[in-house]
Amino acid sequence: MSDTTTPASKGQDFEQTLDQSDTQVASFETDQHTVLERIQHLLHNNPTLVPVIVLVISLIAFGLIAGGKFFSAFNLSLILQQVSIIGILAAAQSLIIITAGIDLSVAAIMVLMSVVMGNLAVFAGVPSGLAILVGLAGGVGAGVMNGWFITRIKLPPFITTLGTWSIFYALLLWLSGAQSIRGQDIDTNAPFLKFFGAAFNIGGARITLSALLMIVVFIVLWFMLNKTAWGRHVYAIGDDKEAADLSGIRTDRTLLSVYGLAGFVCALGGWASIGRVGSISPQSFYEGNLDSITAVVIGGISLFGGRGSIMGALFGALIVGVFRSGLRLSGVDVLWQVFAIGWLIIIAVAIDQWIRRVSA
Amino acid sequence: MTTPVVQARGIVKRYGHVTAIDHSDFELRAGEVLAVIGDNGAGKSSIVKAICGATIPDEGEILIEGKPVKFSSPIEARDMGIEIVYQNLALSPALSIADNMFTGREIRKKGWMGKILRMLDKPAMEKFARDKLTELGLMTVQSIKQPVETLSGGQRQGVAVARAAAFASKFIIMDEPTAALGVKESRKVLELIQDVRARGIPIILISHNMPHVFEVADRIHIHRLGKRLCTIDPKDYTMSDAVAFMTGAKEPPAQDAA
Ligand SMILES: Nc1ncnc2c1ncn2[C@@H]1O[C@H](COP(=O)(O)OP(=O)(O)O)[C@@H](O)[C@H]1O
Ligand SMILES: [Mg+2]
Repeated sequence: MSDTTTPASKGQDFEQTLDQSDTQVASFETDQHTVLERIQHLLHNNPTLVPVIVLVISLIAFGLIAGGKFFSAFNLSLILQQVSIIGILAAAQSLIIITAGIDLSVAAIMVLMSVVMGNLAVFAGVPSGLAILVGLAGGVGAGVMNGWFITRIKLPPFITTLGTWSIFYALLLWLSGAQSIRGQDIDTNAPFLKFFGAAFNIGGARITLSALLMIVVFIVLWFMLNKTAWGRHVYAIGDDKEAADLSGIRTDRTLLSVYGLAGFVCALGGWASIGRVGSISPQSFYEGNLDSITAVVIGGISLFGGRGSIMGALFGALIVGVFRSGLRLSGVDVLWQVFAIGWLIIIAVAIDQWIRRVSA
Repeated sequence: MTTPVVQARGIVKRYGHVTAIDHSDFELRAGEVLAVIGDNGAGKSSIVKAICGATIPDEGEILIEGKPVKFSSPIEARDMGIEIVYQNLALSPALSIADNMFTGREIRKKGWMGKILRMLDKPAMEKFARDKLTELGLMTVQSIKQPVETLSGGQRQGVAVARAAAFASKFIIMDEPTAALGVKESRKVLELIQDVRARGIPIILISHNMPHVFEVADRIHIHRLGKRLCTIDPKDYTMSDAVAFMTGAKEPPAQDAA
C-alpha cells in the first residue's frame, strides 16, 4: 500500500508523494502476473478459500487413513457436536479480531454466565427462562465492560481482556465455590438449562441443538457483518480506525456494540455448554480463549483486523475438530494432535502475511 | 455583501509544543473557489480540519453562514452538507469502492428487509457509485466491488473526490486532491471543481500546484507559519509573487481582505 493513504503521511513532502504515486502507477501497469501472484490475488479476494481447502483435504486424508470409522455420518456429526461450544466462542472472537482487537476473556465470560444461570435456576429457585435472561444480559454487560475500557480509557484490547479474564475467572470461582453443579440437580430443578443438549437423529447422524445453534450464530453474524451498515463499519474500523473516524463512522460506539454482542454470544455459548457438558463446571473450557483464537486464525481471519470472513472461523473450528477426531481414530497419540494444530496456526498466519502483501 | 459561507477568527490548535494553527483567520465566500497555499507544515491541513470538525480547535470561533458552530466530529459537519477530501484520503483499503463511497450514510433496502433486517441495498449503492465515477471520467476500474487497495493512487483519489462531490451541499474542502494524480486525472478534478462551482457550491482547494491554483481560484489564501498571511486576487499577482509571499521572500501586500 502506498504511503499516501496511511495516517503516517501527515505533513509529508508533496514532491515525495508525487514520486511515490508515479512509480506505483508505473509498476501497476508493467506487472507480470505469475501463477503465484494470481493465487495470491485469488486468496486476497477470497480469504476463506484456504480453510475450505484445508478442511476438504483433511476430510479426504483422514477418510483414507482412518477409513469408514471416520467417514461415518455418526462420527462427522460427533465432530460437529464436539466443536459447537468452541465454535460459538470463535464466532464471538471473530467479531473482536475483525476490529483488530483480541479477546482473552471469551471463555471466562461463557463459563461465568453458565454459573450465573445455574446458581439462579438450580439453587435460588429462579425460573429457568429468567435465569437464562439474566445470564445473557450478564454476558452483554461483561462484553460492554471490556469495550468500555478499550474505547473510553483507551486501553489495548489485549491488556484489557487479560485483566478481565482474571477478574471473570475469580468471580466464577467465587460464585460456584469452585464446585460443579451436578447434572442430576439441573435435571430435577431446571431442565430447560440443558435445552441445547437435546439431539435428533437423521440417517445415522446425531445432531445436537448446540451444533445447530453454532451454525445459526455464524449465519446471523455473517449476515450482520456483510449485509448491514454496522458490519461494514466493523470491517472499516479494523482496517484503518482513523480513516473510519474521518469518514463518519462513530467508531467508539460501534466498538462498544461489538464487544457487547461478543459478550452476548459468549453467554449464549454458556447456556449451550450446560446442555453439551451436562453439568456446570467452573473448571471447564479453561483453554477456550486460546482455542477460539486458534479457530479464528486457522479460519483465515487476519489478526491485524479488517480482513477475513467470519465463516472462516467456523471452518477453522471444524478443521481443529477434524484433526482431533481423525488423528485419534488413526490411533495417533494426543500429543501429535496438539503438534499438528500448532503447525496449522503458524502456517495460517504465514499465509495471511503473504496475502496481505498483495497490494504492496 | 452576502454573509461568508465560512468565517473563522483566532483559531488556535496545538499538538504538544507544536502550534499547528496560531491565531489564524479564515474566510470562504459564497460561490467561490478559494485556494489555500503555503509551505509544508504551514498548517493548511490543520485549519481545514478544524473547519470540518475533524479536529477540535483549542481557541477561536467558527461561523458557518453567520451562525457559530462547534463541531465535535466530522459527522456533524457532514450533516450540514460539508464534505472534505482528506490529504490521506481516509478510505478503508479492504472495503469496496461502493462501500467506501457510502461509509456512514449507507442506503438500506426498502421494506421490511431494510427496516427490520437493516439490510443494505448494495445494487443501489453500486449503481450510484458507478454513475458518480463515470461522471467524473474516473470509471477506469474493472469493478465497483473491488477493494480500494487494489486501485492505483490516482483511482483512489478519484474515489475520494467523487464521494465528496456526490454528497456536498454547502461546501467542499479538497486537501491536495491532485497531488497523486497524472496530468489527465488532474484535469478531470479541475473540471469537476469548476462544475461544482457552477452548481453554486464553494470549494476550498489546498494545492501546491500554482498553475492549477491560478487556473481555478477566485481568491488565494496564503498560509504561513500557522496563520493567514494575506488573501490575494490571482488576477492582480503572478505565480512567482504568490510563491514569494508564501516563502517569506517578499512582504505581503497591506490589506484588509482582498
Ligand atoms: N495529529 C498531529 N499530531 C501532531 N502534530 C501534528 C498533527 N497534525 C499536524 N501536526 C503538525 O502541525 C503542523 C502543521 O501541519 P499541517 O497542518 O499538516 O501542515 P500542511 O498541511 O500545511 O503541510 C506540522 O508541524 C505538523 O507536524
Ligand atoms: Mg497538508
